[in-house]
Formats: sequence, structure tokens, C-alpha cells
Amino acid sequence: MASDAAAVHSNSYETYLDYKGKHKGIFAWILSTDHKRIGILYMVALLSWFLVGMALGGLIRLELLTPGRTIVGPQTYNAFFTLHGVIMLFIFVIPGIPAVFGNFFLPIMIGAEDVAFPRINLLSWYLYIIGGILIILAIFLPGGAPDTGWTFYIPYSIRTSTNMIITLTAVFLLGFSSILTGLNFITTIHRLRAPGMDWFKMPLFSWALYATGWIQVIVTPIIGITLLLVIIERVFGVGIFDPALGGDPILFQHLFWIYSHPAVYIMAVPAMGVISEIIPTFSRRTIFGYKFIAYSSLAIALFGSLVWAHHMFAVGMSDSAEFIFSLLTFMVAIPSAIKVFNWTATLYKGSIQLDPPMLYSLAFIFLFSIGGLTGIIQGALSVDIHLTDTYFIVGHIHYVVFGTAGFGIFAALHYWLPKMIGKIYNMKTAKVAFWITFIGFNILYFPFFIMGWLGMPRRSYDYLPEYQVYHVISTVGSWIMISGILLMFYNLLKSVYTGKRVTERNLWGGETLEWTVPTPPPLTNFEKLPDVTVGPYEYKQNDIEVEEVK
Amino acid sequence: MDKHNELAEHSNHRYGKYILVWLGLLTLTAITVAVAGVNLGSITIATAIIIASIKSYLVLTVFMHLKSESKTFKIFVGVAVFFIIISLVLLFSDYSNM
Amino acid sequence: MSTQEHTAVAHLHRDDVRSRMGMWLFLFTELILFGGMFFLYAVYRFLHQADFHVAAKSMNILIGTVNTAILLTSSLTIALSIAALQNKKKILSLILQGITVIFGLLFLVNKYFEWSAEIHHGNYPGSPELISQSSGHILFFGLYYVMTGLHGLHVIIGMVVIMFMMRFTIKDVITPDHIVKLEAAGLYWHLVDIIWIFLFPLFYLIT
Ligand SMILES: [Cu+2]
Repeated sequence: MASDAAAVHSNSYETYLDYKGKHKGIFAWILSTDHKRIGILYMVALLSWFLVGMALGGLIRLELLTPGRTIVGPQTYNAFFTLHGVIMLFIFVIPGIPAVFGNFFLPIMIGAEDVAFPRINLLSWYLYIIGGILIILAIFLPGGAPDTGWTFYIPYSIRTSTNMIITLTAVFLLGFSSILTGLNFITTIHRLRAPGMDWFKMPLFSWALYATGWIQVIVTPIIGITLLLVIIERVFGVGIFDPALGGDPILFQHLFWIYSHPAVYIMAVPAMGVISEIIPTFSRRTIFGYKFIAYSSLAIALFGSLVWAHHMFAVGMSDSAEFIFSLLTFMVAIPSAIKVFNWTATLYKGSIQLDPPMLYSLAFIFLFSIGGLTGIIQGALSVDIHLTDTYFIVGHIHYVVFGTAGFGIFAALHYWLPKMIGKIYNMKTAKVAFWITFIGFNILYFPFFIMGWLGMPRRSYDYLPEYQVYHVISTVGSWIMISGILLMFYNLLKSVYTGKRVTERNLWGGETLEWTVPTPPPLTNFEKLPDVTVGPYEYKQNDIEVEEVK
Repeated sequence: MDKHNELAEHSNHRYGKYILVWLGLLTLTAITVAVAGVNLGSITIATAIIIASIKSYLVLTVFMHLKSESKTFKIFVGVAVFFIIISLVLLFSDYSNM
Repeated sequence: MSTQEHTAVAHLHRDDVRSRMGMWLFLFTELILFGGMFFLYAVYRFLHQADFHVAAKSMNILIGTVNTAILLTSSLTIALSIAALQNKKKILSLILQGITVIFGLLFLVNKYFEWSAEIHHGNYPGSPELISQSSGHILFFGLYYVMTGLHGLHVIIGMVVIMFMMRFTIKDVITPDHIVKLEAAGLYWHLVDIIWIFLFPLFYLIT
């Protein structure tokens, strides 16, 4: 596919990469309001944080290799799993796909020159960076790294002497950043679609971002205020959640999960959007059930916001609450299942090409199915009482969050990075890296389900010897997976510096608008604004030959 | 070109309308204070909330021009209000049956 | 969602609807931010009804009512200032914006006296007198300070924003044809008003 590009390559236009604005050097980036540059800024920051989070995860696994102390003491271990959760969730997957690929591709996919509010977009990046810096401060300032777990449960989060206020402020700012991204995307999609780009001609990725934008705008303020109240409670001693002052710690959990359950969809829905782009491209087929997939994103946003208390079945809620939330939890599985069925139907009889983006997408479907099904198991009240706070839930969260949002990001990286930078990575290495990562992933996380079923409690520093065999398997899995991921990063990073140049517009034979603009895209995205007449994914029969550049 | 400029021509009407709404808001405030003095038992809180909702509705539709905005904006507001109400209801499914 | 959507412009020239849409979405986040605190209020009031009634007795209904009237009137003046500017009456608009800021200040002055009185009575977070009270009492005052405090903060932000708008109006950045900034500021001010419309009965009128 990547033809002998160097010969053809002539920059008859100015790409967004070599555009010279009024600022020089790094300032041309960190003061730029161009959505593509902001997308790249996010990408660099996010992937760096991912490596930090992954290192912490690796250390946790290493500590758990043997019962008792292996490498660190219990306090450090508590800080490890807290920071691993905070970094991976609030700094990596929640901004994740929207911040990187949404920023870069949403305007192009709907035929706009930029997002609705470019300066607010840059502001949201700065809030994100400040949030990250605060986390670093929280780790190294005297007082010690936070040790509450990423859920910040009351009363421990108002009692611990670690740097909670800085950590909570950081998450508050990260939430604000996320809100601004959502607000920007909703407005962009409403107001900036190109002529002819109807709602139902939009790529499914835009639909996913639209639904995600609403979740971000509607539920994030709840975690904002909740954490702000904890800060106020710590600073001024106001009685709000603290049981010593008459407060109700369970109420904190309610408010926390009103945000944090839908947050799972802030991570997963954009990833589903990515998969909905990649699947038709690599099976050369119109996506099956376009409207179902589009609407199911909205349905997930709606129902996903109403099921939060399934995280609290074991805290002693009223029977009616347990019943209602259990029922709603089963319902939210329906739109997710609709998506999986539609993807599978698209694959059926398609001419499937197993390029790296497709491999990650298929892995996504597999891992998401396991994650989703284990979720349903826990949605059942009687079973959940048994599984609550065991490794089962840790396995579930990793299949759901890493298996979807993480693999979604990897898929998107392999699908779009060549378009973003105009250089292609090594295909073979990418495939090898995929298989190592995928196999390592399952060796790492699948034993969690077994351990959890047998009763191994989560977040525990020490454990009974009978669990050790599973911990050893899992830790070995973590080594395999980490090597796979490092190989993937190396391959991608190498492509940035010495990758083969690509200039053809349509790298994979996709049918959405980003494949009609030059590679890498020019500053204003389009030479002339597109007039959209057909929907996305309208593959004609046997046009594969035409798509492939000779 | 947009509705807002057309509105400018009728601005004198708007002054009058705003002042009327303002008087209405003050009256509702007076009513809610007066009613609070009377002991209505369990419906006290309901009355207070209903009056506050009417006041908010007036501010939203007239002062904030929601009435002259497109349907999209109205749906938006509906989504936000729906979320708050349904969350409160679900929250109380835990507390009201203990 | 369909017909008027087609007016969507494809590139980034001025689009007032877009600006207002962004503002409304932002207002939702503010609304839901306070919504979270209203949830807390609702649950705690439900759990500690008697305590809340007793605690609310020490609230000064007069100050609360006066402050409600002040905010409602300031909402009127900011709405009128927009209408005035659209009517090409710049000076009148400026005066009305100025009055809005002054009303905001009056509101805060009242609030200051109210808080001072409460603190004087020993009703402040962490005070020995408050701690010795019942749970519901502590929670009522905790919520009272946090909710009116954050609301007060929003009043201050609103005042600063409107002062910027006055400057923009003087410099003709905001004109009858480019009025969306002032409209957005007005929207924000009205939202602050709406939040108070709910705070007022919940803290002052439940005795
Ligand atoms: Cu959940």
C-alpha cells in the first residue's frame, strides 16, 4: 500500500506540521489553537502518562509475585495502586480517544476547519497538563503519595495524612478539562458540519463522540462538586460526608458513582466509535446497522447514567434500590450487545484484511465481550455479594477499561497515526507486537477472574499461599504484555523519525472524509470545503482494486 | 438574518415584558414567604419547590430567551433537567425505603 | 434537530448560535454542580427532618427575602441592558450593566452581615458550639455555608464578567450587532439567579 512515496512527495501545500505561525519552536505548538496540533499535544502527554501508569502496574504485579513483602512495603504498595488507578483512569483513558483522535479527526470527518471553540480547546489541554503536574506534586511533596485507591472513599480520604488535597484538585481540574472537550465537540457537531453532512451521513466515530460529549458535560460536574466538597471538608472541617460530623459516607459513594460509572462509557464509547470506523474499512463492507450503532451510542449514554449504584450492592442499600439498579444494569447491556452484533454482521462475508488496526479491533471485540459478560455476572445481586471487592472485579475492570479503551487507542494509533504524520510504521513489527500484547494481556488478567471467584480480595498487599500460583501466572503475563507494548511503542516512535513517507490520501481504503484530504492534512484541512452527497461506508462492489493505490 | 435582530425592533415591547416578569417574580417571592409562615405540614416543601420552579421557568424562558431559541436548545435544557430529576429519584430509591 | 440545523456554517466565521450553544452547555455544568449539592441537601433533610427545621429557625428570613429581591431585580437590569443595546442605546445599556454589578455587591454585603451574625452565634464549621449540636444541625450549617458560599463565589465571578462587558461596551467591542458576549454574560447572571431561587426557600423557609 505505501507506494514509493519519496518520489511523488512534493509539498505543493503547507501541512499543519510545517505551518509557521507567529510563534517559534515549542511555542508554535503549545500556543497553537489548531485542533490537529492540540490532538498531537494530547497524544504526547497521554502516551507518556500511559508509560508511567504501566510501570506502576508492572511494579504492583511484581510486588504480588510472592506473599508478603517482595519489593516494597505496604504503604508504598497502597500508593502504587492508587496512582496506577488515578493515572490510568483520569489521565489516560478518560481524556483518551476524544482528546487525541477526536480533536484531530472530528472536524475533518464532518468537514469543518476546526472545532467550535479552538481557544477553549487549548485551555482544556492546559487544564489537563496542570492536573498532571499536580499529580506529580502529590507524589513527591512531603506528606506522601495518596493511598486511598482511585475511589477516594470516605472516611479514609478525609483522615489520611497523604497529599489528598492536591490529588483531589488534580482530578477536579482533569474533570473540568474533560467537560470543555465534551462541550466543544457537541457544539462542533451541531454547528460545523459541512453542507450536505446530515446527522445520518456522519461517520459513526462522530456519533460516538457526540454521545460521549453529553456524558462528559452532564455527569462530570457531579464528581467535580463531590471532590470539591471533600477538599472543603478537609480544609475547613465543614460537616458534609464525615460520619463523625453526622455525614453519610454512603452518600459520597452514590455521588462518586453517579459520575464514575458513566465514566466507563466516556472511555468505552469513543473506542467503540473507532472500531466502527476500522471494521468497515478492513472488511470492505458497508457497516451493518448504521442507525442502530448510532442510536445505541445515545442509548448507552442515557442508560449508562442511571446504573451507578451497582457498585454499591454490598453496602446495604434498600432492597428496592438494589432491584432497580440491578435491572437497569442488565438493560445497559442491550445497546452494547447491539454494537457487537452489528460489527460481527459487518465482518460476515466481508473481505477481511488483517492489518494491525484490524487486529486490534478484533481483539477489542473479543476482550469487550469478556469484559461485558463478566459485568453482567456482577450485575446479578446474589452473585455480586460474593464477588464484590475480589479480584473478579479487578479482572472485569481491566477487560473493560484496558480491553476496550486501551485497545481502542492502540487500534486508533495504528489506523490514524500514519495519516497524522505522513509516515508509516513497520507492518510486520506491528503485528508481532500485537500478538505479544494480546497474549500477555490474557495471561495477565484472566487469572484475576479465577482468583476472584476463589475469594482473593482486591487491593490486598498480602495473600494466602494458595493464591500464589495465579499471581505468578499473572505477573509473568504482565512481563509478556509490557514487552509487547514497548515493542509497539518503539515501532510507532521509530516511524515518527525514520518511517517510510506516505503521501497517498487514502491509506487503507476508508470512505470517510479524513481519507480525502492530503497526508498529512493541510492547516485548514480542506483545499475546498467538501459537499457531502453520500453517507460514510458506501463501498461499491469490487472497488477494492480502485482503492489500492497501484 | 437571525431572530435576535428582528427582536431589536420590538425592544420597547421587551422592556415592558421584562418589567412584567420581574413584577411576577417579586409577587411569587412574596407568596412563597407568606405561605412559609402558615403551617401547611408536609406540603410546605412542595409548595416552595413548585413556586421556585415557576420562577425559574420565567427566568429561563423570558430573561434567558429560551422561548425564542431553536428546538435544539429546548431539548438541551430538557436533558439537563431530566438528568437531575431522574438521578434524585434513583438516589431516593435507596433512602426512602430503608 | 433537523431543519434549522442545516443553517450550520461549515467554517469558522462568526456564528452567534454556536457561541450561545457553548454557553448553555457550560451553564448545564454549573447547574449540575449545584445539583449535586441539592442532592446532598435532599438526602440529609430527609434523614434529619426535625433537626433541619430547628436549625433553619436561626436563619434571618428578612435578609434572605431582601437578597432574593435584589438578585431578581439585577436579573431584570441585565436583561434590560441587552435590550437597550439592541435598541442602540449604549449609555442606557452601560448604566443598566453598572446597576447590575451594584446589586451584586449589595447582595454580597447582605451575605456578609448574615454570615457574621451566624459566626457570632457560634454557628460556623468546627466551632465547639456547632459540634455539640445534633448531626442534622451540623449538616444543615455545613451545607448552608458551602452552598451559599459557592453561590456567592459565582456572584463575584458574574460581577467581574459584567465589568468586563462594560469595558467591551465602552470600547465598542460589544455593539448592537456583536452582542453575543453580553448575552452570554447575561445568561450566566440569570443562572446564578436561578440557583438562588432554589437556595432561598430551602434554607430560609422551612421552619
Ligand atoms: Cu459501573
